[in-house]
Amino acid sequence: MEQQLLKRIDLIFNDENDWQEILDQTLAHDNTYIINALVSSELKGRGGAGFPTGLKWKLTSEAPGIEKYMICNADEGEPGTFKDREILSRVSFKVLVAMAVCARVIGAKEGIIYLRGEYKYLVPQLNKTIAEFGAYCGRTGLDFNVRIFLGSGAYICGEETALFESLEGHRGEPRNKPPFPTDYGFRGMPTVVNNVETLVHAYTIFKYGAARFKELGVASSRGTKLFSVSGDTPIAGIYELELGMSLSQFVEEFGDGDTKAVQVGGASGFLVPRKKFDETTIGFQGRLTGVSLPTGGSMMLFNSSRSMYNVLNNYLDFFREESCGQCTPCRVGCQILHKGIEEVKRGERNAKYLQTLLLLTETMQLTAKCGLGQSVANSFSSIVENFWEEMIY
Amino acid sequence: MENKVQLTINGQIVEVQPGKSILEAAEKLRIHIPTLCYHKDLCVKGNCRVCVVESKHNKRLVAACATPAEQGMAIVTNSLKVRNARRHIIQLLLAEHNADCTKCYKNGQCELQRIAADLKILNQDFSELNQWKKYTVDYYSPSIIKNDSKCIRCQRCVRTCAELQGVNALTVAHKGEKMKISTFLAKPMSEVVCTNCGQCVNHCPTGALVERNYIEEVWAALADPTKHVIVQTAPAVRVGLGEEFGLEPGTRVTGKMVTALRQLGFDTVLDTDFTADLTILEEGTELLGRLKSSVAGDNADVKLPVISSCSPGWIKYIEHLFPNRLSHLSSCKSPQQMFGALAKTYYAASRKIDPKSIVSVSIMPCTAKKYEAGRPEMCSSGYRDVDYVLTTRELAIMIKQAGLDFGVLSESAYDKLMGQSTGAAAIFGATGGVMEAALRTVYEVVTGREVPFEALNITPVRGMEGIREAAIEVKNPLPEWQFLDGVTLRCAVAHGLVNARKLMELPAERFNQYHFIEIMACPGGCLGGGGQPIPTSPEIRNRRMEAIYAEDMGMPLRKSHDNPEVQLLYANYLGSPNSKKAHELLHTHYTLRERF
Repeated sequence: MEQQLLKRIDLIFNDENDWQEILDQTLAHDNTYIINALVSSELKGRGGAGFPTGLKWKLTSEAPGIEKYMICNADEGEPGTFKDREILSRVSFKVLVAMAVCARVIGAKEGIIYLRGEYKYLVPQLNKTIAEFGAYCGRTGLDFNVRIFLGSGAYICGEETALFESLEGHRGEPRNKPPFPTDYGFRGMPTVVNNVETLVHAYTIFKYGAARFKELGVASSRGTKLFSVSGDTPIAGIYELELGMSLSQFVEEFGDGDTKAVQVGGASGFLVPRKKFDETTIGFQGRLTGVSLPTGGSMMLFNSSRSMYNVLNNYLDFFREESCGQCTPCRVGCQILHKGIEEVKRGERNAKYLQTLLLLTETMQLTAKCGLGQSVANSFSSIVENFWEEMIY
Repeated sequence: MENKVQLTINGQIVEVQPGKSILEAAEKLRIHIPTLCYHKDLCVKGNCRVCVVESKHNKRLVAACATPAEQGMAIVTNSLKVRNARRHIIQLLLAEHNADCTKCYKNGQCELQRIAADLKILNQDFSELNQWKKYTVDYYSPSIIKNDSKCIRCQRCVRTCAELQGVNALTVAHKGEKMKISTFLAKPMSEVVCTNCGQCVNHCPTGALVERNYIEEVWAALADPTKHVIVQTAPAVRVGLGEEFGLEPGTRVTGKMVTALRQLGFDTVLDTDFTADLTILEEGTELLGRLKSSVAGDNADVKLPVISSCSPGWIKYIEHLFPNRLSHLSSCKSPQQMFGALAKTYYAASRKIDPKSIVSVSIMPCTAKKYEAGRPEMCSSGYRDVDYVLTTRELAIMIKQAGLDFGVLSESAYDKLMGQSTGAAAIFGATGGVMEAALRTVYEVVTGREVPFEALNITPVRGMEGIREAAIEVKNPLPEWQFLDGVTLRCAVAHGLVNARKLMELPAERFNQYHFIEIMACPGGCLGGGGQPIPTSPEIRNRRMEAIYAEDMGMPLRKSHDNPEVQLLYANYLGSPNSKKAHELLHTHYTLRERF
């Protein structure tokens, strides 16, 4: 039987070199029109958390502040995610256009690209683009400047409030929320932080209109998404696909025929075992049948040669190092979890200890200060609960 | 005025000002929520997560200290969900902690221990991490012992060092499991910008930062029949010590403290207040001398303003950070060191005691005094001028060890020769006190009249404002001081090094308009010192301050130059203020230090 391939979409990297036209034509509309277009498109943040982008711009535009800032979050640090790098290498003009539009809408004059430290090699090329873009803005009288800020290698700085701290020259530690960035962000001013990919989708909406964008995807998860596919797959790479596909469709196409589990959303995401592929949908929480999993786009496939214990061990090793260390549940919790699964594996603790650790992850989810500590529970519980024997034997 | 927000906590309705936290709202209802990283002196960090509570409509628990109360919130502070989470968090902290409680200096005073006891944590669900075994204890500082194995990373010390003191000797280093509180390049505390002020010690909830104690050394000296052990007590100790014995903050316990010291076995109980009065005469004379040179134009090189030099934390701070202002410092030693120098000279000679056999102990509200006593130049008597410095807290420990029931002790008076003092010395313990005492004397020296303030209370220099200013115009001075006629003496007072920094960073034209500046390293002055009872909070500091001014008002003599024993000292031993002998014993010099 002929296999039904997932539809490949080519909106993000498709470059018709028309950014100047799109910028002019978008800025010809008033701010309300632009916000309404974004709101009606139902675009949600592509960094993983899925906050409605239109609402974010709207809140920031309404918040009082003598200065406002537009920040592009390019601190792509989630293990297994490598799409933003590609966007910035190939279609960075689209990102800049969306930044400029956002800045006009919220009333910002400064845009910052917070670039992951490891992407330093992109800086010269990006700066060239920024200069060209700036020259055009100058000619058209748009008062907007973009600069690049290079991160120093801490995973936590992708968390937006830790990102502000880092930008302000402080140690990258998440802040208390509320207040939220839309009211109190960089330098205490209302700030929009958007993921690189979110901005490109905004560009798509500016170009083709919200209606066209909404035709793609499913209810509560509109549009397309870039997926970083890695692991046990013959065709690793970056793919733009519609949201709302089932995981089994995905595995059929990208798996190697022996896929045992897929980690959706990187180390802070969920592991889905084979038996749950059918019932799992890739998209934001909403009225979908079965479980829907949001994701920053990382899809890691594991085949039967992989030990899920090793996979989890690797993630926990990552978290115990990348926790900023300020809050108790995350700093100590990650160490206890990592040490705990090793103790059980070595037989120093009996299997019941895994139950204790699962309770601990619940506490971490309930009490950690930021998304990092809260989401360690995701991979831990989904791996431990589905591969219990592998943890012990 | 903005509307108040109304919320319920455990079903009880409470109204608070917008912006107040859930924790503050709960306090209003007298509902206790345990906290660790929270401290009333500091910004809210919300990182220990011990104070988590349940908020309806929020699927996660929220930190009560860091979450603003909002209209219609329904908070539960003691649900099963909250209790389980809180137990877990304490168990996590204990898993990371060197919980060798019975051998810990803070045993019985540790906030982590107290919460664990309150929650009755009788078992440990998780494995011990034992990470702390890799840590070495920093014993290098003469004032502060830093033991990272007992640190819970609440960052109170970091915030204290940054927000109250602007020193930033302690900061957070590394991340994740390796995250710890560290100094520049993890150097010992003695080699960095640390001023030894001890505010971090006062704010640390556990045994991670404690004062270097000299309790056993002092007991040994007291037990040695060949030693003559004398003790001096600083002005702020008598308004804080009572708190260690359950008395209300602000209770004055001068008489009981003297009795307790005698019962501990000190041979002579004397008063730092005596040398506080002496400091006023020395520093006041120095100020007048510099005024004469500068205002009368005798010598353009003489620098004004004169800055007070009583606070050793402040001295080390300026040595590190503002070397360009060093020449403004008064050359006077602090009262403690003046006392020390006189104890082994004047006192020894008068009492016919071999100075070699004298052990000089001081009771201070301060940890920097421990460092000051060990400065190499502090040996004017030919011996180490002050042998041991104990904080208010260490004295309380000794009193408890001796089995004294402090509350019922009778009151007694200081011994003679260096035990008498005036109200001007008493107020040295509060911020602005040195300034006020100096003005009472200097104004009278210059004009022959008392300062023109009701009951000698120079209220503009009092209070808890970070920086305060006062100006007094000199009118109709005595003939000798004619050049000061019509001159307005401008003074500034700062407490907390973060405020000191603001004064020091003033541009020259604004800085130079002052004649006299008083700076105390600690918030509130010595009454809020790093060696004072824990906890110290803004409210407690206020209570201690009221006690200090009450002490002043209750003294028969209120001006330093009226102190008969000081007059006797000059008549019989020193000659006059700033005499050669006075310079040898009572004045000092300063050292340039690195900026880190």
